[in-house]
Amino acid sequence: MKLLNHTLLYLSASLIFILSMWAVVFYFSMMDEVYDSIDDGLENYKMLIIKKANRDSTLLQKSRFDESNYAIRPIDAELALRAVEEFKDTAMYMEYEEDYEVMRMLTTYFSTRDGRYHELKIITSMVEGDDLVADLLHALLWLYVAVIASAFIINNWVLRKIWKPFYQLQHTLRGFRLGEDQSFKPPQTKVTEFRDMNDTVSTLLRANIAVFQQQKQFIENASHELQTPLAIAINKLELLLEQSQGGDAQAVANAIQYLERMTRLNKSLLLLSKIENRQFAQDESVDFNALWKRQVDDFEELLGYKRIGLEIIEKARLKKRFNGGLADVLITNLLKNAIVHNHEGGHVRITVGDDGFEIANTGKAQPLDPAKIFNRFYRSGDQTSSTGLGLAVVKAIAHLHRAEVTYRYADGLHHLRFRWLGIDTK
Amino acid sequence: MKLLIIEDEQGLRDNIVQFLQKEQYIVEAVADFHSAMEKVSLYDYDCILLDVGLPDGNGLGVLKALKNRQKRDNVIIISAKDSLDDKLEGLELGADDYLTKPFHLAELNARIKAVLRRKALDGRNVVVLNNMELDFDERSLRVDAAEVHLNRKEFDILAFFVVNKNRLVYKSALAEHVWGDHMDNADNFDFIYSQIKNLRKKLKDHGANLEIQASYGVGYKLTV
Repeated sequence: MKLLNHTLLYLSASLIFILSMWAVVFYFSMMDEVYDSIDDGLENYKMLIIKKANRDSTLLQKSRFDESNYAIRPIDAELALRAVEEFKDTAMYMEYEEDYEVMRMLTTYFSTRDGRYHELKIITSMVEGDDLVADLLHALLWLYVAVIASAFIINNWVLRKIWKPFYQLQHTLRGFRLGEDQSFKPPQTKVTEFRDMNDTVSTLLRANIAVFQQQKQFIENASHELQTPLAIAINKLELLLEQSQGGDAQAVANAIQYLERMTRLNKSLLLLSKIENRQFAQDESVDFNALWKRQVDDFEELLGYKRIGLEIIEKARLKKRFNGGLADVLITNLLKNAIVHNHEGGHVRITVGDDGFEIANTGKAQPLDPAKIFNRFYRSGDQTSSTGLGLAVVKAIAHLHRAEVTYRYADGLHHLRFRWLGIDTK
Repeated sequence: MKLLIIEDEQGLRDNIVQFLQKEQYIVEAVADFHSAMEKVSLYDYDCILLDVGLPDGNGLGVLKALKNRQKRDNVIIISAKDSLDDKLEGLELGADDYLTKPFHLAELNARIKAVLRRKALDGRNVVVLNNMELDFDERSLRVDAAEVHLNRKEFDILAFFVVNKNRLVYKSALAEHVWGDHMDNADNFDFIYSQIKNLRKKLKDHGANLEIQASYGVGYKLTV
């Protein structure tokens, strides 16, 4: 949920409560005022009627309300003396409304000069309580909607304006790639909180970049420094091999094999860190159709030996700016991968299109984990002598050249697709 | 043939010296830039193995000095850096070949011999062994003057054995020489074996006077 909506949610919830409370208080205080003024009016009317009744005794004969709003009837003195004046709400049939309506009625008692007692009832129409409540609720609803709407609009505008540095930072961070960007520049802002956050993030990232650089440097140095001792060890064993016989020779050969594996690992790691350090320039126009054919040629005997059928489907001529050395490594790794993880009598199909190429091969009859196969040191299990770095190198090369490499398993074939993303800008 | 090895790592230097002495070369070795400069200014060598990363100077400096003095010593650069730029710079400065550490001694041997063959006075890039004649320029083989058809890889295998004759050639040294880095899987050694079987048969059918012995799990040896 967006921050904006959060504020609105809390605002609307509390507004409902506040406005309802206000409505209740408002209703009662208004009704109080209405009664007050109606009752005052009735009181005034009473005095006028009594005065008039004393002058004009015909008034005393008016025992029904009819068209006027008062009625007078004689009453026992005893009863009149005991009774008290009272205001009360009552209902009355209204011709106009064709319904019973709430009326305010004053019942009072008076005596005329002849000593007779009379009861006087005066009525007046009242504010209709239920109508008032309905009106009030209606108005309240509109007020609520108007407040929320204006809050939404103002909030939207204000938040957008105030949070601009935040969104800028977010945008900058999203584009940041550890290992690719050498520095981090947060957006400028005058808001203290945001400036603090920017400074904190920058400091954190600077430390991270430094650590990352050190790590990369370490891997490269370590791999590099290992080459010489490895070379010496392998050569010493080779010399020993010439003097050894039978079982000894096999043991020595075996030792060399392990050292060679280490050499390969080392070389691949070195290559990976060099690619990630962008030490390769995309300085050649590489003809991938020709490259595939040339590389397939190199594997011809091995393919024949393993009885693996290979076909190249050329849908288009693919020429791209690429690093020549890396193009070789890329194609070799993909081909080697397709052959090594294949079975006798299997099949390899290479398709070259105008936006990339795909290599598909038979092999294990179940799909591999697409999330893992490009990870370093991922092995499918049976290949203990492989470095587990071949596809990691492929992925790094793809990344360097603004391309992507994806895996899918379909029709019993493992597909690896290498595709350039968008327009080749470099 | 006189060789100079310029390599600061003692272990590697000793290995190379020990290996090359068996090839009947006169081998001299130095460990630093200054001794190297002294040696190359005083003597001529048929082939110089040059490590680029020397403690007291860049090995390429030796190459430049040789070029300035218009000396025609052959140079093979040995480097721990597998970098194309270094390689190009070295070859531009007149080096004959470039080898990345770690390497197989048999590979080094093949490179040295290739350089020396090219330097040979008659200009023919040919090796004669008993009744066999290997022409490296034409990449062809003649047994008793009769042409034997070998495919590209078969020729490479035979050539590698020939330059390393009477030595045990470790299987992955052969694999790397012929197929490059592609053959780094253990199960591919069966494949290499099958390739050698084909080669053996061809040589035998044409009456070549040599034998390729297999040493199980280790490698092969060409004996004459």
